[in-house]
Order: sequence, then C-alpha cells, then structure tokens
Amino acid sequence: MTKKDPSGGLIISPIKNGTVIDHITAGEALNVLRILGITGSTRECLSIATNVRSKRMGRKDVVKIENRELRTEEVDRIALIAPQAKINIIRDFRVVEKKGVEIPEIIRGVVRCPNPGCITNTNEPVASAFEVLPKGLHCLYCDWLLKDDIAEHII
Amino acid sequence: MYHIISIRDLERKDLDYLLDRAREFETGNCRSCRLEDKLAALLFFEPSTRTRMSFATAMARLGGRSISVDSVEASSIVKGETLADTIRVVSGYADAIVLRHPKEGAARLASEFATVPVINAGDGAGQHPSQTLLDLYTIRQSMPVDGIDVGLLGDLRYGRTAHSLALALSLYGVTLHTIAPGGLEMPANITLELRERGMEVIEHENVEEVIRDLDVLYVTRIQRERFPDSASFYNVASSYRITPDLLSGVRDNLMILHPLPRAGEIDPAVDNTPYARYFEQAKNGVPVRMALLHEVMK
Repeated sequence: MTKKDPSGGLIISPIKNGTVIDHITAGEALNVLRILGITGSTRECLSIATNVRSKRMGRKDVVKIENRELRTEEVDRIALIAPQAKINIIRDFRVVEKKGVEIPEIIRGVVRCPNPGCITNTNEPVASAFEVLPKGLHCLYCDWLLKDDIAEHII
Repeated sequence: MYHIISIRDLERKDLDYLLDRAREFETGNCRSCRLEDKLAALLFFEPSTRTRMSFATAMARLGGRSISVDSVEASSIVKGETLADTIRVVSGYADAIVLRHPKEGAARLASEFATVPVINAGDGAGQHPSQTLLDLYTIRQSMPVDGIDVGLLGDLRYGRTAHSLALALSLYGVTLHTIAPGGLEMPANITLELRERGMEVIEHENVEEVIRDLDVLYVTRIQRERFPDSASFYNVASSYRITPDLLSGVRDNLMILHPLPRAGEIDPAVDNTPYARYFEQAKNGVPVRMALLHEVMK
C-alpha cells in the first residue's frame, strides 16, 4: 500500500482490481454512484473523495470501485454529468486501460424525457433518444430541451 | 419512403415545393396526379373535425380511398395495445398512415414502426406540419411570405400550430411578434431556437400595441383543458378578443388567420371584414393535404 504524506494532502489507497474514475466534476461523485446503480444496499467496496484540489480543474471528485470494470454504456452516462472524467481500469494494482469519457451525438435509453406528454414515457417499446447539443439534450421524439438537472433524469 | 413528421425535418425548398404542388392541385393543373389504387389509414386518437375531414376529402379527390379510426375508445388501444403494434398492423392494410395522437413524439415513433409513409396530423402539444403548410399556403395566396410581420396571439405555450408555424416562418426572414397571456408565452427554448435561426422575435404584452404593424395576425384558442379550474381559464380567455373596433388603422393587407375551432377569440362580426381569412384557410387544407398524400404515395 502506498500513501502520500498526510501534510501533502490526499491519502487514498490503491485498489487491486476495479475502476478509478478521476477528474469527476466537483460535487458530482454521488451522482456518478447513482448512475452506476451503487447505493447503500449494494456491496461494492468504494473510496470516494470529493472537492479535492486539482491543478487542472481547481476542484474535482474521485471514485474508486473495487472489483468492477465499467462498461462503455456506463461510461457514456458518466460523460453527461462529468465530461472531463478519466476512467482507469485497474488489474493487479496496475492501470491496464485509461480512457476519457466521450459524449455520443445521440444517447438512447440513458435519460428519461422530463416531458410527461412524451411518447417515450408510455408503455411503447422504444427507448428515449436525445441529441446532445451544446445548449442541452434535445428529445428526438417530443423536441423537449433538457438543460438543467440532467443527473436527475438519468435512468 | 417519405414521412412528414415535423417542420424541423423540412427545408425551405421542401416547403416551397409542397406549396407549389398544392397550388397545382387547387387549380386542377395536375389531372394526372391520381391515387386511384391507393388507400390511406386515418388514425385519429384525438378529436378533430377539419384535419380528419380534409385528409379524407383530399384522398377522395385524388381518386383514392381511406379507412379510419376516429377515437381511442373505438380502437384496440383500450385493450392495452401499444401504438407501435397498431402501426405495424395498419401498415399491412394501407399505403399511408395519417396519425393524430395526444402524445408528443407519437408520429416519430410511428414512423419507426411503419412500413408505409406516416403523416403527422398533430401530436399532443408538439407538431402539426400539415396545418403549418396550409397556413403558409393561405399567406402566400395574398402576399410573398418573405420579410413580412407576423403576430402570433394566444396560447403559445401549448399551441402546436404556433410552434410549427414559427419554425417554418423562420425560413422566410419573417419578423415574429409574440403576444400571449401570462403563463402561456412561447417556450423559451423555441424562442431561443428561432433567434439562433436568425429570426427577429419581439414579445408583446397585448395585441393593441402591435396590430397596426402586422401583415398577418395568427390567433389561437386558449385550451380550456390546460387550466385547473374554469375561473382561471376565463380570466385568461377573456384577456384578448379581436373585434372590428380593434381593426381600425391596421394595414390594408392585414390577414387574420386562426387554425380553428375558435372559442370566442374572434368576434363573429370580424368574419365580414376583408381581414378575415380563417375559413379560406380551413378550405386550403384540401389542396395542401392532396399534395402531401400524393407526395408520400406517388
């Protein structure tokens, strides 16, 4: 186990296997966990650091999840609330894969349309679909523009 | 295959082409344009008089036939069938589907499951592209659309016809004046989109301050069903009414349009003025819808 000098700031243990999500937008770590379906009743071993100093971002959050490697669709979801996040896949204490998150042009089945009148909020056999625009998420069915509280609408 | 789902899907050249075609149908210059062996399914899951009847009339005038569902209660939706399944089934019966549905995005969904073209005849508070085409057609009968001043009055929040028309007018260099009672203003994201498209949008508190500057006044109905009680509805509904007195000093070419049905927004005395064009507008639904039906089924 390696540690940084406490006077230098962060102490956080490396993990043997799993995923480290670094450079999460400050304050979004708990939303990242929610997106990943991690709650108080699930069994993952977690380390969470919030509002830690970052040269690049000023403040950032970090989440380490032991024994779980994120799937691409999960990474896409994180991109919606933490576009600068970096995903590090760890095996046997070594980073075997390092990737940034990428916001796709179209996201399907990830965000629920806030418009109660939207056809995707019925029992029809379709997933929600949003076009990702600089000004927000545009529902491809009802044209609703989702600008704020995107995390609240992630399925 | 060619679906007609949203005005957003159409460029100006598409609109102009369809309007030109409608003109040919109106003047009888397209006698060979027939759909004699074609059948259109009119699926109307919301009340409609003009839209449904004008589509049926258009199909008949083209020599084709139509079958219809006129309400949710008369369809298998009451048995729990999804719209997607209904569309798949009806695709096997007809050569095109005309859909009116209370949910926004229903026509887009239908186009994904249909194996025949789908025409959106109004989906919730969303889009109503065939209405927009006949609105444009009516304006174009009297004046070029480019560069005119158009006022949209009424429920601009939920009014799908106002949303579709505003988006279409943004392709014609029109200056848009929005006039809506408190709480029923044009949604901010649509106003933003219009401005991003380069449209000048001017918001007004009442129609009196702008009516003399308009070439077109497009009046819409306040939808009673949106209000929690009848008192609050009447407060808003009585906030505007077009009367002959209000029309003194307006431009000679002013055209008053209304997608109908009206519910008191326009005094019947206005019907006899040269400005009233809403019944012609409704009549124009037939050639415009003939053009649409022919385009998707030819």
